[in-house]
Amino acid sequence: MTAPSNGRIVKINGNMVTVIFDTPVMQNEVAFIRHGEERLKSEIIRVRGNLAEMQVYEATTGLKVGEEVEFTGELLSIELGPGMLGQIYDGLQNPLPEIAEQCGFFLRRGVYIKALSETKTWDFTPLKKTGDKVRAGDKIGFVEEKIFRHYCMVPFALTGNYEIVSMEDAGKFTIRQAVASIKDQNGKIFPVFLSQSWPVKIPIQAYAERLKPAEALVTKMRLIDSLFPVARGGTYCIPGPFGAGKTVLQQLISRHAEVDVVIIAACGERAGEIVETLRTFPSIIDPRTSRPLSDRTVIICNTSSMPVAARESSVYTAVTIAEYYRQMGLQVLLLADSTSRWAQAMREMSGRLEEIPGEEAFPAYLESRIASFYERAGMVRLHDGSTGSVTIGGAVSPAGGNFEEPVTQATLKVVGAFHGLSRSRSDARRYPAIDPLISWSKYRSFIDEGQKARGQGILHKGNDIAQMMKVVGEEGTSLQDYLDFLKAELFDYVYLQQNAFDPVDEATPRERQIYIFDFIHRIIETEFVFENKDEALHFFQQLRQFFRGWNSLPWQSAEFGEAEKEIRAFLLVRTREG
Amino acid sequence: MQKIYTSIDQIVGDVITVEAENVGNTELAEVTTRRGTSLAQVIRLDGNKAFLQVFAGSRGISTGDRVRFLGHPMRIATGDTLLGRIFNGSGRPLDNGPDLSENLVEIGGPPVNPVKRIIPNKMIRTGIPMIDIFNSLVESQKLPIFSIAGEPYNDLLARIGTQAEVDIIILGGMGLKYDDYLFFRDTLEEHGALSHSIVFMHTAADPVVECLLVPDISLAVAENFALEGKRVLVLLTDMSNFCDALKEIAITMQQIPSNRGYPGDLYSLLAARYEKAVDFETAGSITILAVTTMPGDDVTHPIPDNTGYITEGQFYLKNSVIEPFGSLSRLKQLVNGKTRDDHRTIMDTMIQLFADYRETQEKQSMGFQMSAWDMKLLKYGKLFEDKMMSLSVNIPLEKALDLGWEILHDCFSPEETGIKRSMIDQYWPKKHEN
Repeated sequence: MTAPSNGRIVKINGNMVTVIFDTPVMQNEVAFIRHGEERLKSEIIRVRGNLAEMQVYEATTGLKVGEEVEFTGELLSIELGPGMLGQIYDGLQNPLPEIAEQCGFFLRRGVYIKALSETKTWDFTPLKKTGDKVRAGDKIGFVEEKIFRHYCMVPFALTGNYEIVSMEDAGKFTIRQAVASIKDQNGKIFPVFLSQSWPVKIPIQAYAERLKPAEALVTKMRLIDSLFPVARGGTYCIPGPFGAGKTVLQQLISRHAEVDVVIIAACGERAGEIVETLRTFPSIIDPRTSRPLSDRTVIICNTSSMPVAARESSVYTAVTIAEYYRQMGLQVLLLADSTSRWAQAMREMSGRLEEIPGEEAFPAYLESRIASFYERAGMVRLHDGSTGSVTIGGAVSPAGGNFEEPVTQATLKVVGAFHGLSRSRSDARRYPAIDPLISWSKYRSFIDEGQKARGQGILHKGNDIAQMMKVVGEEGTSLQDYLDFLKAELFDYVYLQQNAFDPVDEATPRERQIYIFDFIHRIIETEFVFENKDEALHFFQQLRQFFRGWNSLPWQSAEFGEAEKEIRAFLLVRTREG
Repeated sequence: MQKIYTSIDQIVGDVITVEAENVGNTELAEVTTRRGTSLAQVIRLDGNKAFLQVFAGSRGISTGDRVRFLGHPMRIATGDTLLGRIFNGSGRPLDNGPDLSENLVEIGGPPVNPVKRIIPNKMIRTGIPMIDIFNSLVESQKLPIFSIAGEPYNDLLARIGTQAEVDIIILGGMGLKYDDYLFFRDTLEEHGALSHSIVFMHTAADPVVECLLVPDISLAVAENFALEGKRVLVLLTDMSNFCDALKEIAITMQQIPSNRGYPGDLYSLLAARYEKAVDFETAGSITILAVTTMPGDDVTHPIPDNTGYITEGQFYLKNSVIEPFGSLSRLKQLVNGKTRDDHRTIMDTMIQLFADYRETQEKQSMGFQMSAWDMKLLKYGKLFEDKMMSLSVNIPLEKALDLGWEILHDCFSPEETGIKRSMIDQYWPKKHEN
């Protein structure tokens, strides 16, 4: 690393500042602008001649030409260690509750607070002893953090093999006290701490190999798990127009998904939405751990009115934290809402850099940036044989709800599942508003493939018939077609739709999904006999009512069995007659 | 000591470039021309060149005119002395009252720390059933009125403003016709609301740069009152003019446009304003109602589109009524469970039946046969439109709920509404039943 050097501002355009320098600088190096008492964080994003163009992570009000800039010689990095669970960070990993304590209602420019407490002590237990051979990412000990063993790992940045030369006994340590020291082949000694720092724009790759995502990540949303599943270590996107329920869907998944850690990146969206999460999560108990949901959650929050450049870095901060927990062998889910705002932040910067614009003025590198972000997801096998995963779910907010726009298209190319929300579905109050006719997934569902195909088949058929009925009316539709239409509607109403306000219906476990899907599959396959359409309609309306009640009954309860018997009896009447 | 510069070397649109030293970004300056003095704001710095956006426009500026930098960004007076006053877009009085310079605060201040916000929980009653029952307005909500030129959106805004139960009203007018300005002034006066109102008015004839300042000034003043514990309602009309002004300046500055000529940061610029809506943990609140006229009634146009992604729902004003479909208050669930226990039932049932009515209407227009049920729906739809949707209806929430039951009673039997028994027993009107 080069020694810190200085430069001076020569140009200010919005949140972009051009700096003249005379000692070497590095691309993506962090620098601080000295403005009176304030020090404003910024990052070099382009170097031309002896001019560095920097994005400033703060408002640039009052900055002057000629003001001094300190280069740090470091890439934009975050601190990874115990104490992150349950925390609420801004895009640069400043803890927002601590900032509130210091600054009150408003965020104050130039106030940066350490992400992890330097004075808090942790109960450390060693796992290795002096003389053991280790390499980057190896677990040498752990501390208990909320619900997990938080492992202390050999710094990821180290390459090659090392030997432990000293190892502390179990005891209390802060993140600033070394718990071990290791030496490389040349005898150079490195201390190991409970925490380490890592540059956010570079993936953490201290693992043995990447594996193919094969295991399903159960979200307990029937429409997703059964028809358009997400795999652990996979990626998916949720594009949708405003008001279609993207955020509600992401919130539900963040609550119910069967993973160890959830990272929520609220990127350029409404503050109100994140407020709901951060005010309610501490009081919602996670049934898997019997601890508050906030204990397994890290929130990265850069809402729409916070500085734009930090919005760009917030998704990287979030994914780096996700990768860190993956290194401990945990299953991590990263929910980014919304990647469009992140793309827009890139567009704003690109415009200020006067780069030649691509489609809709997005920069030409939009696609590769989106691709490399989603590529940081994955299931990996660690050196000790355990596996961990990072799954990324990105909400996309396409302009005008039109999926042809660049961000949606670039995202669709690189994700493994597409959950497209449609305005017509949300207008009809059919929630979740994921349109089963346009969505897809490349991952395998735990539902029998044949059953799944027939379920999707009836949806398409039902839609075709519904379209036709609009033209020829019910009178012109055959009873057989009408029945298929009713079956598709039933499947949609009682299986695909889920009531987020019903304590049972809001989350359906895997076993129940398999059971109910099989049940409905048999109804779809059954030949019913009816005199006329009114009779059929009435029958299916009643059936729907039965199912609605069934959906709110707890899985494997006595009432559940009762309701099932009732439905079976009701179905039998119509099938016997024929 | 402030230096005076006289070397204006470029005038493009409303932006002038002057060679000057030691100038801060977004600093304010005074430009003295033959036509008088105008404020101007630094929007870009390049070496010793400062780019200034002149509030009064560049017409009549000569290259030899004097520019004096003030050493601070745009500020606005705040406090109770502003109540009942009318100002223009740069904060100068329009009402012959005195110029104010007390408690100056910078406009466009820093964002609120998200952890200091609370979940909104208070309803603002407006006396308009389409809002109170179906899409309740919530304190600290930011909500636009999506409309089309020619619709009575300003009347609606004025009515909500004068009837809403808040402490202070701040009206920000952007690019309004002069008659609209007079309309607002007179309406506030008639309803006795002017005494707790502050007006910042930019009319279509005023310089475009002043239009850009109106939301920031209005919200800075509002924020100050909210911090003192006041509940403030900010009315902004018409945000489309604000966006067009942004476009004009962006193009002048040779920024690369993104969608239909609008700057790429339109979303962030709008969000910075709308996100000022807030409910402070231990102080007051800011609620924002803004008119957005949609060019060509096209909701996918960049202005309504970006707005929709920022705001917490929208009222969709079409054919002089608040359209129940397309209108949405995202926060209504936070308050409508705490009003009267039949509120949600009435809301859901009436909307569902109204959707059925719309379908029947479609069927009717296509010439399909009308069943007995269809006839009931047609009767219901008509009653709903006349008694609930019409903007002339002005009744408190409880009366409106009672009216809802009456309409249902007039058209349907209790079973046909699908309302659960316990609710029917309690609320179904008994008066006409023999």
